[in-house]
Amino acid sequence: MSFYGLVDGSEKSLIHFLDQLSGVDQVGAEARAAMLATRSIKTSSKKWAIETAISMVDLTTLEGADTPGKVRALCSKAVRPDPTDPTVPSVGAVCVYNDMVEIARTHLDSIGGEHVPVAAVSTAFPSGRASMEVKIQDTQDAINAGAAEIDMVIDRGAFLAGKYGLVFDEIVKIREVCGGKAHLKVIFETGELVTYDNVRKASYLAMLAGADFIKTSTGKVAPAATPPVVLVMLEAVRDFYSMTQRRIGVKPAGGIRTTKDAIKQLVLVNETAGPEWLTPDLFRIGASALLNDLLMQRMKMSDGYYASPNYVTID
Amino acid sequence: MATKKPSRIDVKKTYKLYINGAFPRSESGRVFEVTAKNGNFVANPALASRKDLRDAVTAARAAQSGWAKATAYNRGQILYRIAEMLEGRSEQFESEIALTSHTTPAKAKALVSEAIDRWVWYAGWSDKLQAVSGATNPVSGPFFNFSISEPQGVVAVASSESFIEFSDAVAAAVVSGNTAVVLVPGGLAVPAMSFAEVLATSDLPAGVINILTGSLDELAPWAASHMDIDGFDITGIQKKKHGALKEAGAENLKRIHSFGSGKTPTRILAFMESKTVWHSVGI
Repeated sequence: MSFYGLVDGSEKSLIHFLDQLSGVDQVGAEARAAMLATRSIKTSSKKWAIETAISMVDLTTLEGADTPGKVRALCSKAVRPDPTDPTVPSVGAVCVYNDMVEIARTHLDSIGGEHVPVAAVSTAFPSGRASMEVKIQDTQDAINAGAAEIDMVIDRGAFLAGKYGLVFDEIVKIREVCGGKAHLKVIFETGELVTYDNVRKASYLAMLAGADFIKTSTGKVAPAATPPVVLVMLEAVRDFYSMTQRRIGVKPAGGIRTTKDAIKQLVLVNETAGPEWLTPDLFRIGASALLNDLLMQRMKMSDGYYASPNYVTID
Repeated sequence: MATKKPSRIDVKKTYKLYINGAFPRSESGRVFEVTAKNGNFVANPALASRKDLRDAVTAARAAQSGWAKATAYNRGQILYRIAEMLEGRSEQFESEIALTSHTTPAKAKALVSEAIDRWVWYAGWSDKLQAVSGATNPVSGPFFNFSISEPQGVVAVASSESFIEFSDAVAAAVVSGNTAVVLVPGGLAVPAMSFAEVLATSDLPAGVINILTGSLDELAPWAASHMDIDGFDITGIQKKKHGALKEAGAENLKRIHSFGSGKTPTRILAFMESKTVWHSVGI
């Protein structure tokens, strides 16, 4: 088998490929991300950024306490984030646990939200500690229930132990289960990978194995989607595009709660990967509280005065 | 000319804002100059921007439910402790007020003593408000009917340059369980930021009182229209500007009041709402 002609699927070729990647300049990456975070986005650019960010949100609820009612409410919000203003775009997707996929899909279809896909977290999310059979079944269940996007976690223990082949094979197998029916997002949990070098290696490993998206975190571990980590991942998708002519998406998730944070992410995308990535097909933001802040900032821009959380829905 | 060698280098204080229990600089990086009567430089307090106001309101909103849930007794204790802390640092306040409000040391001393007494006076009101303003209402039916006063939420205060009026406005706003965003103009910025240090050491939860120094003309319209501010004490603002502020505050039915000088419980009740509860008799 050949993966983009870069590796042949064997652990040996994979290790050879990952070893020839250059290390990340930690100080440089942090300084670059901090510098880009100082960009000031105002007036019409800010309005565009807010609306683009809304369309990129993967509106997420991943709690043990999720109820069908809460998932339905979240779906209604995903289709029409601000019920008083139909010009606000729908979000990128609704992201839920496996067993909630059917409830979400049915509700979305019944309220005119056919265009909003349902993403399911899969492969023993969030720890990834289960047998391969369980992970495959988990993914199959989600797809059968109507999930159009699969957010799988990698086995961080195997990755940190250097068993790159194992991690690679898992992604390849889940990719096969997804087939043409579902997009595959691969979650690294960058907070557990510790170094930027590992983030870069994991990015290439996942892209080679067939990921459509690479995603920073589960949202259960801090630190999550820090700007330098996202920068390293965006550099990886940019360079991967020049090697293979295929654009892979990036999804930061966890810790992005304010409009300011979201706009910083968009600046990172534009300046690192390029404006081609500024679309919900190639960039998503995994969040729950962020959407309310985006809506409040949008209200502030259209009304001319500061908004109150009393006027947006409680998730 | 004979030069006198200073014994040590002056340790100048940087005046910042007081938001959410911390002392950040203004987001805008701006400052303004406060001078003494003879025109000598005193300090460069921060000139707060509308974004500082927005941050202060976020902090005040987050702190409000906890502060309102604290027992009235506890709130009274904390206000009394603010008075204690003020008393311990009264000399500093006297000299700062004499310097920045261009008054004599004797008058400044009297003023600080009065301000401390006001804090004690308002502290005492915390557990007496319900007795004075609440009621069991007579109704024609087998029901108990109670009216209970509850804090409104976040109250903005535009203070005058007098330290006593500042104390009146802030104490009256927070004693009932509201949280406050206080806008402080001119030379009062210097004692107000020393007062923030008093607050930081008086067991007052972070965010209950937030102090922004700068221009009332710049900040008051933003406070008046802010949808997450429930009440606005505009005593420190000229009468002719009240109309425009009240108009801006109409969108969220903000209570906008100004008060005469002197301490009065009506000032506390002005930012409280009456909740009426029906309860059947015999159950």
